Amino acid sequence: MNTDENPKRGDITLVTGVIGADTHIVGNRILSLGLEEAGFKVVTLGALTPADEFVKAALETAADGIMVSSLYGQGELDCRGFRDLCIEAGLEGILLYIGGNLVVGKQDWDSVEKRYKEMGFDRVFANGTRVEEVVEILDKDFAARKKPARKKAGT
Amino acid sequence: MTAALLIDFGSTFTKIRAIDLEKAEIIGAGQGPSTVATDITDGLTKALSDLEGRIGRLPDFKHRLACSSAAGGLGMVTVGLVKELTAEAAKQAALGAGAKLTGAFSHGLTKGDIAEVEALAPDIILLAGGTDGGNSDVILENAEKLAAASVTCPIIVAGNREAADEAAGMLEAACKPVTVTENVMPEFGALNVEPARGAIRQVFLERIVHAKGIDRAAEMFDAVLMPTPAAVLEGARLLSEGSANTPGLGALVVIDVGGATTDVHSVATGEPTAEGVIPHGLPEPHLKRTVEGDLGMRINAPAIAEAAGLDTLAEAAGLDADGARKILDGITADIDGLPETAAQKRFDQALAEAAVGIAVARHAGTVTIVQTVTGPVSMQTGKDLGAVTTVIGTGGVLAHGADPAAALARALADPAEPRSLRPKDPDLRLDGEYLLFACGLLAGVEPEAALTLGLAHMHPVGGT
Repeated sequence: MNTDENPKRGDITLVTGVIGADTHIVGNRILSLGLEEAGFKVVTLGALTPADEFVKAALETAADGIMVSSLYGQGELDCRGFRDLCIEAGLEGILLYIGGNLVVGKQDWDSVEKRYKEMGFDRVFANGTRVEEVVEILDKDFAARKKPARKKAGT
Repeated sequence: MTAALLIDFGSTFTKIRAIDLEKAEIIGAGQGPSTVATDITDGLTKALSDLEGRIGRLPDFKHRLACSSAAGGLGMVTVGLVKELTAEAAKQAALGAGAKLTGAFSHGLTKGDIAEVEALAPDIILLAGGTDGGNSDVILENAEKLAAASVTCPIIVAGNREAADEAAGMLEAACKPVTVTENVMPEFGALNVEPARGAIRQVFLERIVHAKGIDRAAEMFDAVLMPTPAAVLEGARLLSEGSANTPGLGALVVIDVGGATTDVHSVATGEPTAEGVIPHGLPEPHLKRTVEGDLGMRINAPAIAEAAGLDTLAEAAGLDADGARKILDGITADIDGLPETAAQKRFDQALAEAAVGIAVARHAGTVTIVQTVTGPVSMQTGKDLGAVTTVIGTGGVLAHGADPAAALARALADPAEPRSLRPKDPDLRLDGEYLLFACGLLAGVEPEAALTLGLAHMHPVGGT
């Protein structure tokens, strides 16, 4: 690929799944189908996925981004150290998104977003975000990088 | 009469079976020592004269097919990327091909790993890593390191297809014999072990048989088709799936308790039998073989005692702790010995029962309950064998044991262990004449006769 061009969606692999002891699969499935329809390569892990399985799947498939869903309010516990796990596995530059019902009860969104960004997520989405919006932001983020985050060993 | 001769070059014995293909009946059996270390033809000649002594003049054999676990079996090392993903898929492929897995590595090979591979001196290395279009760095890095290593054995590349040719090129440049085949995990979570199994079989046929000197007896048979465990697995597949004209037995499990290891083969989808259970982890291969390297009746008798508890074994055998300890020490002191006294036989029976129970529990999947906000959810890892309808015991230990039915019954689900997904209500059968390997060898050339023979000679045991 010419690095001056923006990366094509077909060259980008995204891992999706619902983290922790969370069985709410519907929104994640809609997201996965939408991303696939938009042309991305999507690796779907489904419900009840522990954090380390996202990282293992991303490593094996050389994914460029991980899209974590959390709907049951326990996301903060499940996602602690998520970026560190990625770094540990050699996936330093991987794009991390999270979305859903990220905290229990009504809390100030800015503080929620801030907490998740501190955990290493590049983007934090509130419940009800449309797939089109996510696709648009993905394009923007990957364009900013000029190439997929795919990391070559030893470089 | 059209006849076939089936040969198993084992580590201790050379076993042969003569089959009448028209009647699908066994004509006779013979046995000789294993002489692969000196001249493999010696043992086969002795086995043939043993057979001749039993049945008279030998017929002309239309097929003379062999399998082998002699000379250490097919020693294999597998390499993949993530332990639970491509490294696991590579292991499944090697075990399914009947290999003796001596090393399984994941991620980038270290200097220590390479030294270990060199010391293991495997017969074949299976190199995987990365889904198609996925990670290519690690398989290339490992190919480079294996190219620089002193190993000379054939290497089968079954990883990310985008990297496979480059990996093979590096190995070829270092004069390693290389075969490239399809990825064991072409996309995330999809298991594709059949092409790798086929490649392993081919390399075994073309190179390993020669390297081990088994082809010195080449004039006495047509081909050594596969390692013995692969022949047993093929026999199990045939009995399960049936042929074009004859239905098979459906989902089944075969248990082979040996002197050093216990093998469990299952031919079953392994899908959840209970409602609402969510499968977790890699999909399971329809044909699955596991080898318990610590469960064997002779070399590994102390390991069984450790796993099951010597007290439990003593109680099952009706012995006191001292008596059981003495018998166990006796086995370790003379691993070629066979049980003679009534107490020794009872202890052997207890060992066999324990080996079957532990090996099947390890082969079978498990269910764990995960507490979620919406209530408990059952998650299944591995195969649910609940719906398996037939359990077959094979190998000398079970065939000659005091109570094979009681040993096989230990494979069954236990209400006290509801999380272990073992067969619930299967028929128990015994391969008392050691014919399963012969059915597996014949399956490729005479499937109807092989199936009829197998169905007739896997004898029901244990009442119902």
